[in-house]
Amino acid sequence: MSEHSTYKPANGVEKWIDDRLPIIRFSKEHLMDFPTPKNLNYWWTFGAILAMCLGIQIVTGIILAMHYTPNVAMAFDSVEHIRRNVNGGRVIQAVHAVGASMFFAAVYIHIFRGLYFGSYKAPREILWIIGVFIFILMMATAFMGYVLPWGQMSFWGATVITNIFSAIPIVGDPILQLLRGGFAVDNPTLNRFFSLHYLLPFVIAALVVLHIWALHVPGNNNPIGVEVKSSRDTVPFHPYYTMKDAFAMVVFLIPFAWFVFFAPDILGHPDNYIQANSQVTPTHIVPEWYLLPFYTILRAIDFNVLFIDSKLGGVIAMGGALLILLVLPWLDRSPVRSGNFRPMFRWFYWLFVLNFIVLTYLGAQPAEGIYVLVAKFCVAYYFLYFIVILPVLSRIEVPKPLPASISESVLGKAHA
Amino acid sequence: MDGDHTLATHAEKPATRRDFLYVATGAVAAVGGAAVAWPLINQLNPDASTLALATIEFNLSGIEEGQSVTITWRGLPVFVRNRTQAEIDEAKAVPLSELKDPETDEERTKPGHEQWLVMIANCTHLGCVPVGESGDFDGWFCPCHGSHYDTAGRIRRGPAPLNLVVPPYEFLSDTLIQIG
Repeated sequence: MSEHSTYKPANGVEKWIDDRLPIIRFSKEHLMDFPTPKNLNYWWTFGAILAMCLGIQIVTGIILAMHYTPNVAMAFDSVEHIRRNVNGGRVIQAVHAVGASMFFAAVYIHIFRGLYFGSYKAPREILWIIGVFIFILMMATAFMGYVLPWGQMSFWGATVITNIFSAIPIVGDPILQLLRGGFAVDNPTLNRFFSLHYLLPFVIAALVVLHIWALHVPGNNNPIGVEVKSSRDTVPFHPYYTMKDAFAMVVFLIPFAWFVFFAPDILGHPDNYIQANSQVTPTHIVPEWYLLPFYTILRAIDFNVLFIDSKLGGVIAMGGALLILLVLPWLDRSPVRSGNFRPMFRWFYWLFVLNFIVLTYLGAQPAEGIYVLVAKFCVAYYFLYFIVILPVLSRIEVPKPLPASISESVLGKAHA
Repeated sequence: MDGDHTLATHAEKPATRRDFLYVATGAVAAVGGAAVAWPLINQLNPDASTLALATIEFNLSGIEEGQSVTITWRGLPVFVRNRTQAEIDEAKAVPLSELKDPETDEERTKPGHEQWLVMIANCTHLGCVPVGESGDFDGWFCPCHGSHYDTAGRIRRGPAPLNLVVPPYEFLSDTLIQIG
């Protein structure tokens, strides 16, 4: 949006740089002057919070890699070594482990904000799709990171998740051996997971750049979902949103710090403080909380569908639950973005949120009795929401009248 | 520019010697690229030290009737169970029509050694080690996702698609087996 630039090189040096690599101009246009809707609420601060989370994970991760040993004989002890012997290691390791959970808490809020305010709709489809890929990569990165301490949950999580690939017909077993580097999860698996766990955050960082680029072409969506119509609808990103984001980051860091200093292990699982043992599965195996909804979907399919057996069916359902997000912009055809103006959508949306929380809860429960039945209903609603409810609502729902502009909505509220 | 004076398209002219060279060069480059990529992927496959563990021998004489042991073969846990007569009878009494992955008890054991059940101890769903002498069919129960196996290690209920895998093995004598 270079048309909004007010940048004038202040001196000869800046002019010289600007003629060769206009990086100061770029920063001013995109980090400072960028016209941003003036009605963004605190749900919009999670983009900046997520950028901070990625930064925290990369910095603490690089430090941990200086002290960690990716070998089955030493990995478990080296993590304990970090926590007990390395200067400040107890806190740095806790920040990295808790940071993963906080990262996912923020990304779920960010995604559900997009779902409510229709941020995936035209012209922001590519922005949304890149976000889905970032989310999937985050899950892969977090999963591989959880394997590195080589505890019981690390080992059995790795076994269960890599086994997902064996559900693929015909080529499943060769792919499984290729991924593990053996017939079971073992040293080669740990080594490559360490390598990839170091690589993927930088791939995520590259995708974040594309995500922000795709954001800066149409500009931000906003709580009323009406596009910016004039410069009266916007304020410069700096200082208005740099300050608002900074404040939100500080608030976000309060629970973060509480976990780090007072309960660094509360989000983990006690079984992961038992070293990996390929002979014994923990009696109650659960993934990290942020993977639970998809884990529930995976195991809810315990019946064969036509020629698809239950195992492949579960894998298809879990993969489908993620991939369906990619086509969401074409499933919800309602021209109204914001859920604030969609009286019927709101009910189904909040039911979807509740349903997602129940899916999370069920993932941590044993696969027996009433839980199995409830899980099936929840999985059904998850897919119905995307495949049936949103397309049908697009046709039958009568939205409330939209404000003419962002300014009108803001001023109207102030006078009311 | 006037359309009549633009360069002729491929459709209007027969393929030239130059076209052929382009395609041939591109094809060699693609094959060359794949040839370079394959070792970069193949290094992920099980290495020589992993493959070297392919065959083991195991002495059965220390296992009492009704006792199970778990041994390691190729890094995988393997159940060796000395079944009781009641378990064998229970397995044989099951009609094949009740099975998700139909196999008779005889097909899962060696003739003359019916009390011995040798199976890879990873649930065929996602690879957890099932718990012995439990579940609704008196065999194994996988705590991860709730698969129940019977006294012949056959899947009876839950998400697992197949019976517990019987590895290739043979009896070298009445008390010695070779797995792999």
